[in-house]
Amino acid sequence: MNFLKWPTIEFSKAGLLFTIVTFLLFPALSNVMPAKAEGTLELIKKRNVLTCGVTQGLPGFSAPDDKGRWHGIDADFCRAVAVAVLGDADAIKFVPLSAKVRFTALQSGEIDLLARNTTWTMHRDTALGIQFIGANYYDGQGFIVKKDIGVTSVRELDGASICANAGTTTELNVADYFRSNGMEYDISSFEKSEEAVAAYDAGRCDAYTTDQSGLYAQRQRLVDPDAHIVLNEVISKEPLSPAVRQGDDVWADIVRWVHYAMLNAEELGVNSQNIDSMKASPNPSIRRLLGVEGSFGESLGLDNDWATRVILKVGNYGESFDRNLGAGSELKIERGLNALWTQGGLQFAPPIR
Amino acid sequence: MQQIIKWSRKNLFATRMNTLLSLVSLWLIYVTIDGVASWAFINASFLGADKASCIANPHGACWPFVTAKLNQFIYGNYPAGEQWRVNIVFALGALGLGLLMTGCISFKKQLAVLMLTAYPVLTFILLSGGLLGLSYVETNQWGGLLVTLVIAVTGIVVSLPLGILLALGRRSELPIIRMMSVVFIEFWRGVPLITVLFMASVMLPLFLPEGMNFDALLRCLIGVSLFASAYMAEVIRGGLQAIPKGQYEAGKSIGLSYWKSMRLIILPQALVISIPGIVNTFIGLFKDTTLVMIVGIFDLLGIISFHFTDPNWTSPQVPITGFVFAGLVFWVFCFAMSYYSKSVERRFSVTGENK
Repeated sequence: MNFLKWPTIEFSKAGLLFTIVTFLLFPALSNVMPAKAEGTLELIKKRNVLTCGVTQGLPGFSAPDDKGRWHGIDADFCRAVAVAVLGDADAIKFVPLSAKVRFTALQSGEIDLLARNTTWTMHRDTALGIQFIGANYYDGQGFIVKKDIGVTSVRELDGASICANAGTTTELNVADYFRSNGMEYDISSFEKSEEAVAAYDAGRCDAYTTDQSGLYAQRQRLVDPDAHIVLNEVISKEPLSPAVRQGDDVWADIVRWVHYAMLNAEELGVNSQNIDSMKASPNPSIRRLLGVEGSFGESLGLDNDWATRVILKVGNYGESFDRNLGAGSELKIERGLNALWTQGGLQFAPPIR
Repeated sequence: MQQIIKWSRKNLFATRMNTLLSLVSLWLIYVTIDGVASWAFINASFLGADKASCIANPHGACWPFVTAKLNQFIYGNYPAGEQWRVNIVFALGALGLGLLMTGCISFKKQLAVLMLTAYPVLTFILLSGGLLGLSYVETNQWGGLLVTLVIAVTGIVVSLPLGILLALGRRSELPIIRMMSVVFIEFWRGVPLITVLFMASVMLPLFLPEGMNFDALLRCLIGVSLFASAYMAEVIRGGLQAIPKGQYEAGKSIGLSYWKSMRLIILPQALVISIPGIVNTFIGLFKDTTLVMIVGIFDLLGIISFHFTDPNWTSPQVPITGFVFAGLVFWVFCFAMSYYSKSVERRFSVTGENK
């Protein structure tokens, strides 16, 4: 999400510096440190629970139901990793994190996995000591307009008035886009997204802009959601990806391949309903995915049923998308960029072989 | 009837200006009540399992949201099978405070001591468990009103004695003690609470060895308590300064030790003078608990706004209803506190001026 990009870096740099200084000044302290040789996987198995950093509530990604249980595509991904590693979808501790503390929580070991709709950028990948494992949702900044003004493309918004959140990159993206296309615009900025949405709903602007997934969620807050349409085009790239701490390749591999297994399952037509019959399938790709052939799970440090468990308990990528963001949810987001590569989207997983 | 007309002639419509003001006020009252009533009752939706009925009533409150989520708002994610433990804590607290307030019992002093010593211990054992066959409930599962009350009550119980000590320390004749108290008070008063919480949640984990973590709620409790103590110290110091010098000298002249003269002469007077300021700090502290949201702990307000993001409930009236509900709950608690303080003031009033 664009408006969540806070200047985290200054803080983490200062924090790291402090840590280094502390350890130099008090060498005794460093003896307390657990042996570095113990990887994240062993640690998780020992405590028998996966700690997963999520949002403090974002519809479709990680949000609560009436019982306080987490739902969403990021929450599902946490469960999938827990199932693959520990065999139990409930052996998981969700840690709700604000945008400011999310990277520190990962660096300090408070969480094992960050699945918090975090945009994968070069700066974060290289300078923050974290590693992105692959986009589980391709987002981008989009626009919502009233159906009756008859606009179908962002290009037709020349001269439009636009509501946006103040002090975020969304404003800058709009400025860049309109200027580079030689279009006129008039922007009204609001401190909070609720205010911006309310202003748009009251007719003060022709369009409201934020990340597309956010637009679908905010549309539910409008008085008449069906009178509005989210335009298909996006004006920025926001690949949202789970992340792990840098320096533990074994753990990064596991998390990455859980994501790929869910994608491969969808591509091969394996889902939580038909998985039992699929085990008898003659298709070698399916047999390798489900651990009937080969020992791919073992080479990950797990057992060969790892992917079977994930698909049975959580489902394939398509099922998770549909349940949380797509037609089966309140948000009704189309697959778009998040369709499989075989259907014109960007979701592509390397083969299991 | 005759009397009412007479009374209103005298009080509401005495002069032309008076009449005008009365009519304007009546009109304002009518407009307010009408608006509130039509939003909260007439146009509101009361029943339903999801947002459908709230969307059907777009100009009124969405009360089903509150009823569906009420359990979450009170207990957070505290396991359903263990919520009786929270209920016992609430009930004991209410019973103890109620008995202390009504003031028609003979063992009041003993009860007050119990409420300040045994009750917190019992609360801790009941809520977190791991002892006496109670299953352990991690604090990250606590939430809602439970967390708000735990933080506020801890802050209140810790800050009063600590504040008294700091206030005495600041007026002490021993330079080291005075210096330490001044530094402590000025440090905590100089830092915004949100910074304290932020430092505790962001910086502390970086200092600690990897994998070792303080409980997040504990971090908040410590931060809030120390913060409130500094404010409390200054409020009580104001009370101490209002006591005439003669009282101190009187204590000395009859040969009382420092602690005895404080306990028997100075503090009883100083604390009564400071009651409005003390309660003011308590109420401020109670409302400040909402800041713990930044550390990822969901207090009452935090968990309410957290549930706005449930896709089954996102509709225009849900946030307004949620905030109004949170405001009502906070108002009830704060009003109860100030009402209680008024009765305490009346009871302890030395001069009888506070009636």
